[in-house]
Amino acid sequence: MGFFLETLFGGLMVGMLYSLVALGFVLIFKASGVFNFAQGAMVLFAALAMARFSEWIPQWTGIESRWFANVVAFVVAGLIMFAVAWLVELLVLRHLVNQKGATLLMATLGIAYFLDGAGQTLFGSNIYKIDIGMPKDPIFLLEGMFQGGILVNKEDLYAALIAATLVAALSLFFQKTGIGRALRAVADDHQAAQSIGIPLTHIWVIVWCVAGVVALVAGMIWGSKLGVQFSLTTVALRALPVVILGGLTSVPGAIIGGLVIGVGEKLSEVYLGPFVGGGIEIWFAYVLALVFLLFRPQGLFGEKIIDRV
Amino acid sequence: MNGGRPIGEVVLDVQNISLSFGGVRALSDISFDVREHEVRAIIGPNGAGKSSMLNCINGVYTPQEGAIMFRGRTFRHMNSRQVAEMGVARTFQNLSLFQGMSVLDNLMTGRNLRMRCNLFQQAIRWGAAEREEIRHREFVEHIIDFLEIQAHRKTPVGQLPYGLQKRVDLGRALAMEPQVLLLDEPMAGMNVEEKQDMSRFILDVNDEFGATIVLIEHDMGVVMDISDRVVVLDYGRKIGDGTPDEVRQDENVIRAYLGVEH
Repeated sequence: MGFFLETLFGGLMVGMLYSLVALGFVLIFKASGVFNFAQGAMVLFAALAMARFSEWIPQWTGIESRWFANVVAFVVAGLIMFAVAWLVELLVLRHLVNQKGATLLMATLGIAYFLDGAGQTLFGSNIYKIDIGMPKDPIFLLEGMFQGGILVNKEDLYAALIAATLVAALSLFFQKTGIGRALRAVADDHQAAQSIGIPLTHIWVIVWCVAGVVALVAGMIWGSKLGVQFSLTTVALRALPVVILGGLTSVPGAIIGGLVIGVGEKLSEVYLGPFVGGGIEIWFAYVLALVFLLFRPQGLFGEKIIDRV
Repeated sequence: MNGGRPIGEVVLDVQNISLSFGGVRALSDISFDVREHEVRAIIGPNGAGKSSMLNCINGVYTPQEGAIMFRGRTFRHMNSRQVAEMGVARTFQNLSLFQGMSVLDNLMTGRNLRMRCNLFQQAIRWGAAEREEIRHREFVEHIIDFLEIQAHRKTPVGQLPYGLQKRVDLGRALAMEPQVLLLDEPMAGMNVEEKQDMSRFILDVNDEFGATIVLIEHDMGVVMDISDRVVVLDYGRKIGDGTPDEVRQDENVIRAYLGVEH
Protein backbone atom coordinates (compact mmCIF):
# COMPACT_ATOMS: atom_id res chain seq x y z
CA MET A 1 0.00 0.00 0.00
CA GLY A 2 2.77 2.39 0.88
CA PHE A 3 4.50 1.63 -2.40
CA PHE A 4 1.29 2.17 -4.35
CA LEU A 5 0.82 5.58 -2.75
CA GLU A 6 4.40 6.53 -3.51
CA THR A 7 3.92 5.65 -7.15
CA LEU A 8 0.65 7.52 -7.20
CA PHE A 9 2.26 10.57 -5.67
CA GLY A 10 5.17 10.47 -8.11
CA GLY A 11 2.64 10.28 -10.95
CA LEU A 12 0.76 13.28 -9.64
CA MET A 13 3.97 15.31 -9.57
CA VAL A 14 4.85 14.52 -13.16
CA GLY A 15 1.24 15.00 -14.15
CA MET A 16 1.18 18.44 -12.62
CA LEU A 17 4.03 19.51 -14.87
CA TYR A 18 2.19 18.11 -17.90
CA SER A 19 -0.80 20.14 -16.74
CA LEU A 20 1.22 23.34 -16.73
CA VAL A 21 2.34 22.85 -20.31
CA ALA A 22 -1.17 21.80 -21.35
CA LEU A 23 -2.56 24.92 -19.70
CA GLY A 24 -0.49 27.01 -22.10
CA PHE A 25 -2.02 25.13 -25.06
CA VAL A 26 -5.55 25.56 -23.78
CA LEU A 27 -5.22 29.30 -23.04
CA ILE A 28 -4.08 30.07 -26.55
CA PHE A 29 -6.53 27.71 -28.21
CA LYS A 30 -9.49 29.14 -26.30
CA ALA A 31 -8.68 32.73 -27.05
CA SER A 32 -7.59 32.50 -30.65
CA GLY A 33 -8.46 29.05 -31.97
CA VAL A 34 -4.78 28.47 -32.67
CA PHE A 35 -3.35 25.10 -31.75
CA ASN A 36 0.01 26.35 -30.58
CA PHE A 37 2.61 23.76 -31.44
CA ALA A 38 5.29 26.09 -30.13
CA GLN A 39 4.24 25.75 -26.48
CA GLY A 40 6.97 23.14 -25.90
CA ALA A 41 9.58 25.31 -27.56
CA MET A 42 8.42 28.21 -25.41
CA VAL A 43 9.01 26.10 -22.30
CA LEU A 44 12.57 25.34 -23.42
CA PHE A 45 13.23 28.91 -24.50
CA ALA A 46 12.00 30.34 -21.21
CA ALA A 47 13.94 27.79 -19.16
CA LEU A 48 17.12 28.49 -21.14
CA ALA A 49 16.75 32.22 -20.61
CA MET A 50 16.14 31.76 -16.91
CA ALA A 51 19.06 29.33 -16.46
CA ARG A 52 21.54 31.48 -18.32
CA PHE A 53 20.54 34.77 -16.75
CA SER A 54 20.70 33.34 -13.26
CA GLU A 55 24.28 32.35 -14.13
CA TRP A 56 25.22 35.63 -15.80
CA ILE A 57 23.70 38.03 -13.32
CA PRO A 58 26.14 37.24 -10.46
CA GLN A 59 29.01 37.58 -12.97
CA TRP A 60 27.79 40.94 -14.24
CA THR A 61 26.74 42.52 -10.97
CA GLY A 62 29.12 40.83 -8.57
CA ILE A 63 26.23 40.12 -6.21
CA GLU A 64 26.50 36.55 -5.04
CA SER A 65 23.01 36.14 -3.58
CA ARG A 66 21.26 33.22 -5.26
CA TRP A 67 17.88 34.71 -4.41
CA PHE A 68 18.69 37.95 -6.10
CA ALA A 69 20.04 36.21 -9.18
CA ASN A 70 16.99 33.97 -9.47
CA VAL A 71 14.43 36.71 -9.01
CA VAL A 72 16.12 38.97 -11.55
CA ALA A 73 16.58 36.08 -13.97
CA PHE A 74 12.88 35.18 -13.60
CA VAL A 75 11.82 38.75 -14.32
CA VAL A 76 14.17 39.04 -17.29
CA ALA A 77 13.02 35.70 -18.71
CA GLY A 78 9.41 36.84 -18.19
CA LEU A 79 10.08 40.04 -20.11
CA ILE A 80 11.72 38.04 -22.88
CA MET A 81 8.58 35.88 -23.11
CA PHE A 82 6.46 39.04 -23.33
CA ALA A 83 8.63 40.20 -26.20
CA VAL A 84 8.21 36.82 -27.89
CA ALA A 85 4.43 37.08 -27.48
CA TRP A 86 4.36 40.57 -28.92
CA LEU A 87 6.54 39.61 -31.89
CA VAL A 88 4.52 36.48 -32.64
CA GLU A 89 1.37 38.58 -32.83
CA LEU A 90 2.99 41.37 -34.82
CA LEU A 91 4.88 39.25 -37.33
CA VAL A 92 2.77 36.11 -37.64
CA LEU A 93 -0.74 35.96 -36.20
CA ARG A 94 -1.89 39.38 -37.31
CA HIS A 95 -1.32 38.41 -40.93
CA LEU A 96 -3.08 35.08 -40.62
CA VAL A 97 -6.40 36.20 -39.12
CA ASN A 98 -9.29 34.10 -40.45
CA GLN A 99 -6.99 31.56 -42.09
CA LYS A 100 -7.67 27.85 -41.80
CA GLY A 101 -6.61 25.91 -38.72
CA ALA A 102 -3.96 23.99 -40.66
CA THR A 103 -2.31 27.23 -41.80
CA LEU A 104 -2.08 28.49 -38.26
CA LEU A 105 -0.81 25.14 -37.05
CA MET A 106 1.98 25.22 -39.64
CA ALA A 107 2.81 28.77 -38.58
CA THR A 108 3.17 27.74 -34.95
CA LEU A 109 5.27 24.76 -36.03
CA GLY A 110 7.57 27.27 -37.70
CA ILE A 111 7.63 29.39 -34.56
CA ALA A 112 8.51 26.26 -32.56
CA TYR A 113 11.58 25.46 -34.64
CA PHE A 114 12.60 29.08 -34.79
CA LEU A 115 12.48 29.31 -31.00
CA ASP A 116 14.44 26.05 -30.66
CA GLY A 117 17.16 27.41 -32.89
CA ALA A 118 17.15 30.95 -31.54
CA GLY A 119 17.24 29.68 -27.98
CA GLN A 120 20.35 27.63 -28.62
CA THR A 121 22.03 30.42 -30.59
CA LEU A 122 21.40 32.98 -27.89
CA PHE A 123 21.87 30.85 -24.81
CA GLY A 124 24.07 27.94 -25.91
CA SER A 125 23.21 24.30 -26.34
CA ASN A 126 24.75 22.67 -23.27
CA ILE A 127 22.81 21.26 -20.38
CA TYR A 128 22.25 23.99 -17.83
CA LYS A 129 20.80 23.84 -14.40
CA ILE A 130 18.33 26.08 -12.69
CA ASP A 131 18.97 26.14 -8.98
CA ILE A 132 16.12 27.91 -7.26
CA GLY A 133 17.14 26.46 -3.95
CA MET A 134 14.45 23.82 -3.65
CA PRO A 135 15.34 21.35 -0.92
CA LYS A 136 16.33 17.97 -2.34
CA ASP A 137 16.00 15.94 0.82
CA PRO A 138 13.21 13.39 0.94
CA ILE A 139 10.69 13.29 3.75
CA PHE A 140 8.50 10.51 5.03
CA LEU A 141 4.77 10.94 5.35
CA LEU A 142 2.18 8.86 7.23
CA GLU A 143 4.78 6.88 9.09
CA GLY A 144 2.14 5.97 11.65
CA MET A 145 -0.03 4.26 9.07
CA PHE A 146 2.47 2.25 7.04
CA GLN A 147 5.69 0.63 7.92
CA GLY A 148 8.42 3.00 6.80
CA GLY A 149 5.89 5.64 5.70
CA ILE A 150 5.73 7.12 2.20
CA LEU A 151 8.86 8.54 0.70
CA VAL A 152 8.21 11.94 -0.85
CA ASN A 153 10.57 14.42 -2.39
CA LYS A 154 10.36 17.79 -0.69
CA GLU A 155 11.25 19.36 -4.03
CA ASP A 156 8.11 17.86 -5.54
CA LEU A 157 5.97 19.33 -2.81
CA TYR A 158 7.38 22.79 -3.41
CA ALA A 159 6.89 22.39 -7.15
CA ALA A 160 3.27 21.40 -6.57
CA LEU A 161 2.80 24.45 -4.39
CA ILE A 162 4.22 26.78 -7.04
CA ALA A 163 2.06 25.25 -9.76
CA ALA A 164 -1.07 25.43 -7.62
CA THR A 165 -0.36 29.08 -6.79
CA LEU A 166 0.05 29.88 -10.47
CA VAL A 167 -3.21 28.19 -11.43
CA ALA A 168 -5.07 29.93 -8.58
CA ALA A 169 -3.63 33.31 -9.54
CA LEU A 170 -4.59 32.77 -13.18
CA SER A 171 -8.15 31.78 -12.39
CA LEU A 172 -8.53 34.82 -10.12
CA PHE A 173 -7.20 37.01 -12.91
CA PHE A 174 -9.65 35.50 -15.40
CA GLN A 175 -12.65 35.66 -13.08
CA LYS A 176 -12.18 38.96 -11.33
CA THR A 177 -10.66 41.52 -13.66
CA GLY A 178 -12.10 43.39 -16.62
CA ILE A 179 -9.35 42.12 -18.86
CA GLY A 180 -9.99 38.56 -17.68
CA ARG A 181 -13.61 39.04 -18.61
CA ALA A 182 -12.61 40.34 -22.03
CA LEU A 183 -10.38 37.28 -22.49
CA ARG A 184 -13.23 34.93 -21.67
CA ALA A 185 -15.49 36.91 -23.97
CA VAL A 186 -13.08 36.53 -26.89
CA ALA A 187 -12.75 32.83 -26.13
CA ASP A 188 -16.53 32.46 -26.29
CA ASP A 189 -17.35 34.46 -29.40
CA HIS A 190 -14.93 36.47 -31.54
CA GLN A 191 -17.51 38.39 -33.49
CA ALA A 192 -19.60 39.43 -30.53
CA ALA A 193 -16.48 40.42 -28.63
CA GLN A 194 -15.40 42.67 -31.48
CA SER A 195 -18.82 44.23 -31.76
CA ILE A 196 -18.61 45.48 -28.18
CA GLY A 197 -15.20 46.93 -28.87
CA ILE A 198 -12.82 44.34 -27.47
CA PRO A 199 -9.63 44.54 -29.55
CA LEU A 200 -8.76 41.01 -30.67
CA THR A 201 -5.09 41.67 -31.40
CA HIS A 202 -4.58 43.22 -27.99
CA ILE A 203 -6.17 40.19 -26.34
CA TRP A 204 -4.01 37.79 -28.34
CA VAL A 205 -0.85 39.49 -27.13
CA ILE A 206 -2.05 39.19 -23.55
CA VAL A 207 -2.92 35.51 -24.00
CA TRP A 208 0.48 34.73 -25.50
CA CYS A 209 2.11 36.64 -22.64
CA VAL A 210 0.17 34.58 -20.10
CA ALA A 211 1.08 31.39 -21.98
CA GLY A 212 4.70 32.61 -21.92
CA VAL A 213 4.61 33.02 -18.15
CA VAL A 214 3.04 29.58 -17.75
CA ALA A 215 5.81 28.19 -19.98
CA LEU A 216 8.40 29.95 -17.85
CA VAL A 217 7.07 28.49 -14.61
CA ALA A 218 6.83 25.02 -16.18
CA GLY A 219 10.36 25.37 -17.57
CA MET A 220 11.70 26.52 -14.23
CA ILE A 221 10.25 23.56 -12.36
CA TRP A 222 11.28 21.00 -15.01
CA GLY A 223 14.68 22.64 -15.26
CA SER A 224 15.35 22.48 -11.57
CA LYS A 225 14.30 18.81 -11.51
CA LEU A 226 15.98 17.53 -14.65
CA GLY A 227 18.26 20.27 -15.94
CA VAL A 228 17.57 22.51 -18.91
CA GLN A 229 18.20 20.67 -22.14
CA PHE A 230 16.76 20.12 -25.56
CA SER A 231 14.73 17.11 -24.44
CA LEU A 232 12.40 19.51 -22.60
CA THR A 233 10.58 20.08 -25.88
CA THR A 234 9.81 16.40 -26.25
CA VAL A 235 8.62 16.22 -22.68
CA ALA A 236 6.38 19.13 -23.51
CA LEU A 237 4.93 17.15 -26.43
CA ARG A 238 3.55 14.83 -23.76
CA ALA A 239 1.10 17.66 -23.10
CA LEU A 240 -0.60 17.00 -26.47
CA PRO A 241 -2.35 13.84 -25.28
CA VAL A 242 -3.18 15.74 -22.12
CA VAL A 243 -5.16 18.37 -24.02
CA ILE A 244 -6.90 15.70 -26.06
CA LEU A 245 -7.86 13.94 -22.86
CA GLY A 246 -8.95 17.07 -21.04
CA GLY A 247 -10.56 18.86 -23.95
CA LEU A 248 -8.93 21.65 -25.91
CA THR A 249 -11.15 24.34 -24.49
CA SER A 250 -11.17 23.47 -20.83
CA VAL A 251 -8.76 24.84 -18.24
CA PRO A 252 -9.83 22.39 -15.51
CA GLY A 253 -9.58 19.71 -18.23
CA ALA A 254 -5.94 20.54 -18.82
CA ILE A 255 -5.17 20.22 -15.13
CA ILE A 256 -7.09 17.02 -14.52
CA GLY A 257 -5.94 15.53 -17.84
CA GLY A 258 -2.32 16.14 -16.86
CA LEU A 259 -2.78 14.48 -13.50
CA VAL A 260 -4.61 11.48 -15.02
CA ILE A 261 -1.87 10.92 -17.56
CA GLY A 262 0.93 11.40 -15.04
CA VAL A 263 -0.61 8.92 -12.63
CA GLY A 264 -1.69 6.55 -15.39
CA GLU A 265 1.74 6.23 -16.92
CA LYS A 266 3.49 5.71 -13.60
CA LEU A 267 1.02 3.15 -12.31
CA SER A 268 0.89 1.22 -15.59
CA GLU A 269 4.67 1.21 -15.81
CA VAL A 270 5.03 -0.19 -12.32
CA TYR A 271 2.14 -2.66 -12.30
CA LEU A 272 1.75 -3.67 -15.95
CA GLY A 273 5.33 -3.08 -17.04
CA PRO A 274 6.73 -6.38 -15.78
CA PHE A 275 4.24 -8.35 -17.91
CA VAL A 276 4.98 -6.62 -21.22
CA GLY A 277 8.64 -5.92 -20.66
CA GLY A 278 8.38 -2.28 -19.61
CA GLY A 279 8.48 0.88 -21.66
CA ILE A 280 4.78 1.63 -21.12
CA GLU A 281 5.59 5.09 -19.82
CA ILE A 282 6.68 6.18 -23.28
CA TRP A 283 3.50 5.33 -25.16
CA PHE A 284 0.84 5.23 -22.47
CA ALA A 285 -0.23 8.86 -22.87
CA TYR A 286 -0.56 8.58 -26.65
CA VAL A 287 -2.56 5.38 -26.61
CA LEU A 288 -4.90 6.83 -24.01
CA ALA A 289 -5.30 9.91 -26.22
CA LEU A 290 -6.08 7.64 -29.17
CA VAL A 291 -8.79 5.86 -27.20
CA PHE A 292 -10.28 9.23 -26.35
CA LEU A 293 -10.16 10.40 -29.94
CA LEU A 294 -12.11 7.29 -30.95
CA PHE A 295 -14.76 7.37 -28.26
CA ARG A 296 -14.91 10.89 -26.87
CA PRO A 297 -13.22 13.30 -29.28
CA GLN A 298 -14.20 16.39 -27.32
CA GLY A 299 -12.24 15.16 -24.31
CA LEU A 300 -13.39 14.92 -20.72
CA PHE A 301 -14.49 18.53 -20.36
CA GLY A 302 -14.40 19.98 -23.86
CA GLU A 303 -17.42 21.41 -25.57
CA LYS A 304 -19.32 18.86 -27.57
CA ILE A 305 -18.79 19.41 -31.24
CA ILE A 306 -22.12 19.64 -33.00
CA ASP A 307 -21.95 20.40 -36.68
CA ARG A 308 -24.92 21.46 -38.68
CA VAL A 309 -25.42 19.16 -41.60
CA MET B 1 -44.47 57.12 -30.78
CA ASN B 2 -41.31 58.90 -29.93
CA GLY B 3 -41.36 59.54 -26.23
CA GLY B 4 -41.05 63.27 -26.18
CA ARG B 5 -37.52 63.41 -27.49
CA PRO B 6 -37.30 65.63 -30.52
CA ILE B 7 -35.97 63.90 -33.61
CA GLY B 8 -32.77 65.64 -34.55
CA GLU B 9 -30.07 65.81 -37.16
CA VAL B 10 -29.03 62.97 -39.44
CA VAL B 11 -26.60 60.77 -37.46
CA LEU B 12 -26.12 57.95 -39.89
CA ASP B 13 -26.16 58.44 -43.61
CA VAL B 14 -25.98 55.42 -45.89
CA GLN B 15 -25.11 56.40 -49.43
CA ASN B 16 -25.38 54.15 -52.50
CA ILE B 17 -24.20 50.99 -50.82
CA SER B 18 -23.59 47.94 -53.02
CA LEU B 19 -22.32 44.65 -51.68
CA SER B 20 -21.74 41.36 -53.42
CA PHE B 21 -20.32 38.03 -52.40
CA GLY B 22 -18.56 36.58 -55.41
CA GLY B 23 -21.25 36.76 -58.09
CA VAL B 24 -24.14 37.10 -55.71
CA ARG B 25 -25.40 40.61 -55.32
CA ALA B 26 -26.63 41.11 -51.76
CA LEU B 27 -27.28 44.85 -51.86
CA SER B 28 -27.54 47.20 -54.81
CA ASP B 29 -27.40 50.93 -54.50
CA ILE B 30 -29.06 51.36 -51.14
CA SER B 31 -29.35 54.82 -49.61
CA PHE B 32 -31.16 56.00 -46.53
CA ASP B 33 -30.52 58.12 -43.48
CA VAL B 34 -31.15 57.78 -39.78
CA ARG B 35 -31.95 60.78 -37.61
CA GLU B 36 -31.00 61.28 -34.01
CA HIS B 37 -33.37 59.71 -31.43
CA GLU B 38 -35.55 58.02 -34.01
CA VAL B 39 -36.53 54.37 -34.29
CA ARG B 40 -35.69 53.38 -37.84
CA ALA B 41 -36.74 49.97 -39.08
CA ILE B 42 -35.35 48.01 -42.00
CA ILE B 43 -37.87 45.43 -43.12
CA GLY B 44 -38.16 42.98 -45.96
CA PRO B 45 -38.83 39.31 -46.69
CA ASN B 46 -36.22 36.64 -45.91
CA GLY B 47 -33.10 37.09 -48.00
CA ALA B 48 -33.85 40.72 -48.79
CA GLY B 49 -30.42 41.82 -47.56
CA LYS B 50 -31.42 43.26 -44.19
CA SER B 51 -28.71 41.55 -42.18
CA SER B 52 -26.10 42.34 -44.86
CA MET B 53 -27.09 46.00 -44.56
CA LEU B 54 -26.69 45.91 -40.80
CA ASN B 55 -23.36 44.14 -41.10
CA CYS B 56 -22.13 46.87 -43.45
CA ILE B 57 -23.02 49.56 -40.93
CA ASN B 58 -21.40 47.48 -38.19
CA GLY B 59 -18.14 47.04 -40.10
CA VAL B 60 -18.41 43.26 -40.44
CA TYR B 61 -18.70 43.58 -44.24
CA THR B 62 -17.03 46.21 -46.35
CA PRO B 63 -19.31 47.25 -49.21
CA GLN B 64 -17.71 47.39 -52.67
CA GLU B 65 -19.40 50.69 -53.48
CA GLY B 66 -20.88 53.55 -51.56
CA ALA B 67 -20.15 55.20 -48.27
CA ILE B 68 -21.52 55.27 -44.77
CA MET B 69 -21.30 58.53 -42.87
CA PHE B 70 -21.52 58.70 -39.12
CA ARG B 71 -22.02 62.21 -37.80
CA GLY B 72 -20.49 63.62 -40.94
CA ARG B 73 -17.47 61.31 -40.88
CA THR B 74 -17.18 58.89 -43.75
CA PHE B 75 -15.86 55.43 -43.13
CA ARG B 76 -15.12 52.69 -45.60
CA HIS B 77 -12.67 50.20 -44.17
CA MET B 78 -13.66 49.81 -40.58
CA ASN B 79 -13.76 46.76 -38.41
CA SER B 80 -16.41 46.11 -35.78
CA ARG B 81 -14.19 47.34 -32.99
CA GLN B 82 -13.62 50.73 -34.56
CA VAL B 83 -17.35 51.06 -35.20
CA ALA B 84 -17.95 50.21 -31.55
CA GLU B 85 -15.50 52.92 -30.53
CA MET B 86 -17.55 55.42 -32.50
CA GLY B 87 -20.56 54.63 -30.34
CA VAL B 88 -22.45 52.04 -32.38
CA ALA B 89 -23.61 48.90 -30.57
CA ARG B 90 -25.47 45.91 -31.94
CA THR B 91 -27.36 42.79 -31.03
CA PHE B 92 -27.34 39.58 -33.02
CA GLN B 93 -30.01 37.61 -34.82
CA ASN B 94 -28.61 34.29 -33.69
CA LEU B 95 -27.66 34.98 -30.13
CA SER B 96 -23.97 35.65 -29.71
CA LEU B 97 -23.81 35.92 -25.97
CA PHE B 98 -20.83 34.67 -24.02
CA GLN B 99 -22.52 31.41 -23.06
CA GLY B 100 -20.26 30.36 -20.22
CA MET B 101 -20.43 33.68 -18.41
CA SER B 102 -23.05 34.98 -16.00
CA VAL B 103 -25.58 37.64 -17.01
CA LEU B 104 -23.66 40.16 -14.95
CA ASP B 105 -20.33 39.33 -16.59
CA ASN B 106 -21.88 39.49 -20.05
CA LEU B 107 -23.15 42.98 -19.35
CA MET B 108 -19.84 44.00 -17.78
CA THR B 109 -17.99 43.09 -20.98
CA GLY B 110 -20.06 45.82 -22.60
CA ARG B 111 -18.24 48.32 -20.39
CA ASN B 112 -14.89 47.20 -21.75
CA LEU B 113 -14.34 50.25 -23.95
CA ARG B 114 -14.90 52.51 -20.99
CA MET B 115 -12.40 50.84 -18.72
CA ARG B 116 -9.36 52.98 -18.27
CA CYS B 117 -7.20 51.01 -15.89
CA ASN B 118 -4.37 48.97 -17.33
CA LEU B 119 -3.60 45.31 -16.93
CA PHE B 120 -1.39 45.70 -13.89
CA GLN B 121 -3.75 47.97 -11.99
CA GLN B 122 -6.50 45.46 -12.67
CA ALA B 123 -4.35 42.51 -11.65
CA ILE B 124 -3.68 44.13 -8.28
CA ARG B 125 -7.25 45.44 -8.13
CA TRP B 126 -6.37 48.32 -5.90
CA GLY B 127 -7.47 51.94 -5.68
CA ALA B 128 -8.39 53.24 -9.10
CA ALA B 129 -9.15 49.81 -10.55
CA GLU B 130 -11.48 48.96 -7.70
CA ARG B 131 -13.30 52.30 -7.90
CA GLU B 132 -13.65 51.89 -11.65
CA GLU B 133 -15.09 48.40 -11.29
CA ILE B 134 -17.64 49.68 -8.76
CA ARG B 135 -18.68 52.54 -11.00
CA HIS B 136 -19.22 50.24 -13.99
CA ARG B 137 -21.04 47.75 -11.83
CA GLU B 138 -23.47 50.49 -10.76
CA PHE B 139 -24.24 51.30 -14.37
CA VAL B 140 -24.76 47.66 -15.21
CA GLU B 141 -27.08 47.21 -12.21
CA HIS B 142 -29.14 50.06 -13.60
CA ILE B 143 -29.49 48.15 -16.88
CA ILE B 144 -30.36 44.95 -15.04
CA ASP B 145 -33.17 46.78 -13.24
CA PHE B 146 -34.29 48.36 -16.45
CA LEU B 147 -34.53 45.03 -18.27
CA GLU B 148 -36.12 43.35 -15.26
CA ILE B 149 -33.58 40.53 -15.04
CA GLN B 150 -32.56 41.07 -11.41
CA ALA B 151 -33.30 37.47 -10.49
CA HIS B 152 -30.90 36.10 -13.10
CA ARG B 153 -27.86 38.26 -12.33
CA LYS B 154 -25.54 35.35 -11.54
CA THR B 155 -27.04 32.73 -13.88
CA PRO B 156 -24.85 31.57 -16.76
CA VAL B 157 -26.65 32.92 -19.82
CA GLY B 158 -26.61 29.54 -21.55
CA GLN B 159 -29.15 28.32 -19.00
CA LEU B 160 -31.66 31.14 -19.54
CA PRO B 161 -34.72 30.76 -21.76
CA TYR B 162 -34.45 32.24 -25.21
CA GLY B 163 -36.53 35.34 -24.57
CA LEU B 164 -34.38 36.32 -21.61
CA GLN B 165 -31.17 35.71 -23.56
CA LYS B 166 -32.43 38.18 -26.14
CA ARG B 167 -32.87 40.68 -23.33
CA VAL B 168 -29.34 40.09 -22.08
CA ASP B 169 -28.07 40.61 -25.62
CA LEU B 170 -29.85 43.98 -25.64
CA GLY B 171 -28.45 44.75 -22.19
CA ARG B 172 -24.89 44.04 -23.27
CA ALA B 173 -25.26 46.49 -26.15
CA LEU B 174 -26.85 49.06 -23.82
CA ALA B 175 -23.95 48.75 -21.40
CA MET B 176 -21.81 50.38 -24.07
CA GLU B 177 -23.94 53.54 -23.76
CA PRO B 178 -24.23 53.60 -27.53
CA GLN B 179 -25.38 56.57 -29.57
CA VAL B 180 -26.74 54.24 -32.21
CA LEU B 181 -28.10 50.81 -31.43
CA LEU B 182 -28.43 48.24 -34.21
CA LEU B 183 -30.92 45.47 -33.43
CA ASP B 184 -30.87 42.41 -35.67
CA GLU B 185 -34.32 40.80 -35.47
CA PRO B 186 -34.80 41.46 -31.74
CA MET B 187 -38.13 39.62 -31.81
CA ALA B 188 -37.25 36.63 -33.95
CA GLY B 189 -38.63 33.41 -32.55
CA MET B 190 -40.61 35.08 -29.76
CA ASN B 191 -44.22 34.54 -28.77
CA VAL B 192 -46.70 37.42 -28.75
CA GLU B 193 -46.17 38.26 -25.12
CA GLU B 194 -42.39 38.28 -25.42
CA LYS B 195 -42.69 40.43 -28.53
CA GLN B 196 -44.76 42.96 -26.61
CA ASP B 197 -42.21 43.02 -23.81
CA MET B 198 -39.38 43.54 -26.26
CA SER B 199 -41.26 46.32 -28.06
CA ARG B 200 -41.72 48.07 -24.75
CA PHE B 201 -38.02 47.75 -23.94
CA ILE B 202 -37.03 49.12 -27.32
CA LEU B 203 -39.27 52.16 -26.91
CA ASP B 204 -38.01 52.70 -23.36
CA VAL B 205 -34.40 52.43 -24.50
CA ASN B 206 -35.08 55.06 -27.08
CA ASP B 207 -36.75 57.23 -24.48
CA GLU B 208 -34.58 56.75 -21.39
CA PHE B 209 -31.14 56.18 -22.86
CA GLY B 210 -31.68 58.51 -25.78
CA ALA B 211 -30.24 56.00 -28.20
CA THR B 212 -31.02 56.14 -31.87
CA ILE B 213 -32.29 52.73 -32.93
CA VAL B 214 -31.95 50.91 -36.22
CA LEU B 215 -33.81 47.63 -36.17
CA ILE B 216 -34.37 44.81 -38.58
CA GLU B 217 -37.49 42.67 -38.71
CA HIS B 218 -39.29 40.62 -41.25
CA ASP B 219 -42.54 40.58 -39.32
CA MET B 220 -44.21 43.84 -40.39
CA GLY B 221 -46.84 44.01 -37.66
CA VAL B 222 -44.79 44.83 -34.59
CA VAL B 223 -42.32 47.05 -36.36
CA MET B 224 -44.95 49.34 -37.80
CA ASP B 225 -46.16 50.11 -34.28
CA ILE B 226 -42.83 51.17 -32.85
CA SER B 227 -40.90 52.76 -35.72
CA ASP B 228 -40.79 56.36 -36.77
CA ARG B 229 -39.64 55.58 -40.31
CA VAL B 230 -39.25 52.37 -42.25
CA VAL B 231 -36.96 51.25 -45.09
CA VAL B 232 -38.21 48.30 -47.12
CA LEU B 233 -35.74 46.04 -48.91
CA ASP B 234 -36.45 43.27 -51.39
CA TYR B 235 -33.86 41.19 -53.24
CA GLY B 236 -31.14 43.65 -52.21
CA ARG B 237 -32.93 46.73 -53.57
CA LYS B 238 -34.73 49.47 -51.70
CA ILE B 239 -38.40 49.42 -52.65
CA GLY B 240 -39.85 51.76 -50.07
CA ASP B 241 -38.95 54.37 -47.49
CA GLY B 242 -41.17 56.49 -45.28
CA THR B 243 -43.45 56.54 -42.27
CA PRO B 244 -45.22 53.29 -41.41
CA ASP B 245 -48.47 54.56 -42.92
CA GLU B 246 -46.81 55.58 -46.18
CA VAL B 247 -45.00 52.28 -46.46
CA ARG B 248 -48.10 50.26 -45.69
CA GLN B 249 -49.89 51.77 -48.65
CA ASP B 250 -46.98 51.55 -51.06
CA GLU B 251 -47.79 49.27 -53.97
CA ASN B 252 -44.31 47.90 -54.38
CA VAL B 253 -44.20 46.97 -50.72
CA ILE B 254 -47.58 45.26 -50.85
CA ARG B 255 -46.47 43.34 -53.91
CA ALA B 256 -43.21 42.20 -52.25
CA TYR B 257 -44.98 41.04 -49.13
CA LEU B 258 -48.17 39.58 -50.54
CA GLY B 259 -47.11 38.65 -54.02
CA VAL B 260 -49.16 39.64 -57.01
CA GLU B 261 -50.47 37.87 -60.06
CA HIS B 262 -48.40 38.37 -63.13
